[in-house]
Amino acid sequence: MLKDITLGQFFPGNSIVHRIDPRFKLILTGLFIAIVFCAKTFASYALIFGLLLFIVLNSRISPRLIFKSLRAILIFIVFTAVLNLFFTDGETVWFQWKFITISREGVLFALKMVLRIVFLIIGTSMLTYTTSPIMLTDAIELLCSPLKKLRIPVHELAMMMSIALRFIPTLIEETDKIMSAQKSRGADFDSGNIVRRARALIPLLIPLFVSAFRRADELATAMESRCYRGGEGRTRYKIMRASARDYVALVIFAVFLAAVIVLGRFGI
Amino acid sequence: MHSIIRTENLKYSYDTEEAGVVRLALDDVSLEIERGSFTAVLGHNGSGKSTLARHFNGIYLPMGGKVFVDGLDTSDENNIFDIRRKVGMVFQNPDNQIIASLVEEDVAFAPENLGLAREEIVKRVEVSLRSVGMYEYRDRAPHLLSGGQKQRVAIAGVLAMRPECIVLDEPTAMLDPRGREEVLDTIEALRKEYGLTIVLITHHMSEAARADRIVVLCSGKIHLDGTPEEVLTDIEGLKKVGLDAPASVRLAAKLRALGAGVEGFPLSDEECVEMICRWLDSEGSEK
Repeated sequence: MLKDITLGQFFPGNSIVHRIDPRFKLILTGLFIAIVFCAKTFASYALIFGLLLFIVLNSRISPRLIFKSLRAILIFIVFTAVLNLFFTDGETVWFQWKFITISREGVLFALKMVLRIVFLIIGTSMLTYTTSPIMLTDAIELLCSPLKKLRIPVHELAMMMSIALRFIPTLIEETDKIMSAQKSRGADFDSGNIVRRARALIPLLIPLFVSAFRRADELATAMESRCYRGGEGRTRYKIMRASARDYVALVIFAVFLAAVIVLGRFGI
Repeated sequence: MHSIIRTENLKYSYDTEEAGVVRLALDDVSLEIERGSFTAVLGHNGSGKSTLARHFNGIYLPMGGKVFVDGLDTSDENNIFDIRRKVGMVFQNPDNQIIASLVEEDVAFAPENLGLAREEIVKRVEVSLRSVGMYEYRDRAPHLLSGGQKQRVAIAGVLAMRPECIVLDEPTAMLDPRGREEVLDTIEALRKEYGLTIVLITHHMSEAARADRIVVLCSGKIHLDGTPEEVLTDIEGLKKVGLDAPASVRLAAKLRALGAGVEGFPLSDEECVEMICRWLDSEGSEK
């Protein structure tokens, strides 16, 4: 189950999606979120689906992997769907029993909410799937560099983020190991009520935290040994240069945003 | 100036002074590491060997005595950056010293910190990865590599600083036998190719036997210091510090005690087989 978590993972590749300047990719992701939130009609959702399909196919990231990442938040999706289904007031009532009403509007609204979440998850995970964490944090650092004037430690925050992303797979592996070790000694993670299950996690979390602190200490030593002394005087291995491609992508996304807003206005 | 690293009456303790009793992790260690040499520091757990290693690039600062790297005093804060550039360090757990999610980006980490020009970084990343045989893996994610490969990436990451000396703190402790061979072969190749000074911290006799000098630490003191032939054949001396001489050496000693005419002290299993064969041949020809 833990192996399904693909959050923040990076899958190297050489597609157009991979090669877009990370700074632009960040802005494009922001635009994408705006597009999804501005979409009100099914026609707009179809547009977004088309855009997303192109991105996924171009990046050559296996659709199976994307479904896997959705499976991890399945409960969340179902929860949203159910809530919206039952608690949206509508005129065309299809089904009524005591306080539960299912209306045409409710079904449509629930469907839209689910699509919205799914699109958001897929769209934003495409950012991390196709951008190496260091490039991504470099991009964040560059985009946020004006904040340095306000004495906000932009470099340090970016470095922390890239290390956090780097250690996600390592810590997942470690969690799996500790789980197996505790299970083999009789720990039970899968039965009982919520309180019992939460309590069962303690013997998992404590060793995990202890080891994470040990790792952090060793990593800091290793970084210092390799002459790390903060962002000052650091150069970059990979430089980011915006190309025509990046601007084209920006224009395309802007057009989509405009289209979605116009469609919403006319209610198509 | 001959030596790259010199310690003078080095003292260090992890304990704070309580009740007047301070247990020293390093007790009056004076040691010189010569340029271009391959030194193994041998000792069992808690002998102070890792503590000693961490003084070599200023991670720990001496509580008594001095440590000089290429003539620079590690206790002077202004020297630390130059010292760390001269003495690279590779640690035990490869997972905890790889910073980036891409092999080449990790190797680029040190040159980036040194503030080198981009062209120079690109060159160094390529040369470093090639010299540990990991160039084909440059665009892989480190967490998908084997332990030996990860450790070679870590070595490349240190090489990219162009250090004069590499200190390896039990680099093979978490590896399987194949990974261990990979790493040791890489170390030896680097030494031949670049004339790097190597300091290998280990508790494996067979690894120490590859060095040209062995320093044995016990309770923070240097107990034995000499060539592998001198140190590893000193069965009694090693026993005193809780270490066993290599099985081949002990076998030779036992055979001699039983009156067999075996000659010399073999340091490896292969040499041991040869020695016994030679003896059996001479026995046969006498009869």
